[in-house]
Amino acid sequence: MSLTDRQQLSYIASQAADARLNVELETEGMTLNIGPQHPATHGTLRIICRLDGEQVIWAEPSAGYMHRGYEKLTEVRTFPQVTTLVNRIDWLGSFANEVPFILAAEKLMEIEAPPRAQVIRTILFELSRIANVSLFLGDLGVQMGAVTPVFLAFRDREYVLNLIEGATGGRFHPNFDRIGGLKDDLPKGWIDETRQVVKKLMQFCDTIEDLLFGNEIFQSRMRGIGVIPADIAKDYGLSGPNLRASGVDWDLRRDQDLPLAWDKVDWKVWTHPDGDSWARCWIRLQETREACKIVEQLLDQIPAGPVMTKVPRIIKVPAGEAWVSTENPLGEMGYYVVSKGDLGPFRVKIRSASFNNISIVPWVLKGVYVPDVITILASLYFILGDIDR
Amino acid sequence: MGLVDKGRLPAPLTKLFNMSRSYSLWVYQWGLACCAIEMGAAFGSPRYDVMRLGVIPLPASPRQADFVCVSGTVTDKMAPAVKRLWEQMPEPKYAISMGSCANCGGPYWDSYSVTKGVDQILPVDIYVPGCPPRPEALLEGIVLLQQRIKNEDMAAKWRGDEFTTLQRTRAVEAGEVDRDGELIAETHSISEDPTPDARPEPIVVGGGPIE
Repeated sequence: MSLTDRQQLSYIASQAADARLNVELETEGMTLNIGPQHPATHGTLRIICRLDGEQVIWAEPSAGYMHRGYEKLTEVRTFPQVTTLVNRIDWLGSFANEVPFILAAEKLMEIEAPPRAQVIRTILFELSRIANVSLFLGDLGVQMGAVTPVFLAFRDREYVLNLIEGATGGRFHPNFDRIGGLKDDLPKGWIDETRQVVKKLMQFCDTIEDLLFGNEIFQSRMRGIGVIPADIAKDYGLSGPNLRASGVDWDLRRDQDLPLAWDKVDWKVWTHPDGDSWARCWIRLQETREACKIVEQLLDQIPAGPVMTKVPRIIKVPAGEAWVSTENPLGEMGYYVVSKGDLGPFRVKIRSASFNNISIVPWVLKGVYVPDVITILASLYFILGDIDR
Repeated sequence: MGLVDKGRLPAPLTKLFNMSRSYSLWVYQWGLACCAIEMGAAFGSPRYDVMRLGVIPLPASPRQADFVCVSGTVTDKMAPAVKRLWEQMPEPKYAISMGSCANCGGPYWDSYSVTKGVDQILPVDIYVPGCPPRPEALLEGIVLLQQRIKNEDMAAKWRGDEFTTLQRTRAVEAGEVDRDGELIAETHSISEDPTPDARPEPIVVGGGPIE
């Protein structure tokens, strides 16, 4: 395990916390509950911290406050109805949740969406990534006491939501993906509007970079805090930007061969060697830019043709099992669909990114100071629906 | 306020108090699920900007709040915390239930872990339907709540009556209905009151029943 300087410092701090726990057991600790209802948490995650002075010596996330029983509910829904449910898992990037499930169902039925539908799917997928991450970038400031970025984020996110609403009819939860294609074609004028919005979003990224990432307070709160080395990140099953911030070059959009259009465009997978909070936020900023680039290029490449292939009116998926995972805004999201040939799935196992991403919380919070807990949780970026499902 | 709990608040003073209360509402937000983001858009974004309605979001504690916006799915594990926070709020307090999940369970109507409706654990004044409702819908809910507060008999609210509108109080004083809301005389019906503010409880944004 080779460590950078920052990682070494963080390691020493955690060792000191361990030593204090083992040697000075007679000191009176304090248990601090963060959540389940707390303005600084995203939703209803509860984190139980045991403190020694200002330092966290033990932390445990307590999930389940947002458990809505998706996996059981999918068993009593038909295949087209399931997309309505899974929209709401990661509620900031809703469209991205539908795609892997629909792809799994299509894999079982051995059909493929027409090329036009594939490209539009990819565009909407990346737009939902922008909608997700732009709110993260705004929220990041709030966690540190800077309120301005969140206004900017909500202002510019509104443009993306308007686009999604224009194309799908749903501002938040599109429910637009169908087995075999898409519900509708794009409306008139949507492509030109998207071009303008993407330009605005690129400007938003520049503003945030100047305003937040160039801020000295922000840097000193983020640099070298909450370091996760690459092998630890892999052990805990981190995925997405959290894993790439630890220097692991792994992106399912590039590494997988899915019937979507990412291989048709020129984009880059960003990694960062540090693995600290700063790196995680920076990676997400770069990913928003890459998503803008992907959308911009794909808008020129939408092929002509239908958006829906031939599927029966009442969809019965043949018996079998399929696993499809995609690189969602928060990380790897996958569905393991088991069908017995009925109208609905027999069993759906949902692998969502945030559940694994917060599993590292006990490790990473050990030895940090209480104000850093908030920034580390902010930079890990979870969504409660994605944790508890 | 001795006048309020004895029920002897003069009518002009009631109007003045109600006006001031309805335009300085501190809202405590319970961002529970998807609706929290739409609520955040209504409260925190420059496009919707709830402060122009005289609503101040983000107090530090439920003890400083006038009404609460329950936005999102209340699960059985979360319900005790929601109830406890509601009990920490000082009277007079109001609740807006935002989104289908908080209204009745929404898409999780058959889930084993979801509380089907936050009205099982706290009295809801305004229901905002939608999954999630647009920020405009939440703003309309807030405007309806302000209308209700403006049209409220503070003494009846203090006593914890089921019906608290000024029309009801006037009807009680005129001897047309008794305190439980039963009609004494057939001459006057509350639902036929010509004033637009005499809405039956509860209020649903956009109309329609809550089932």
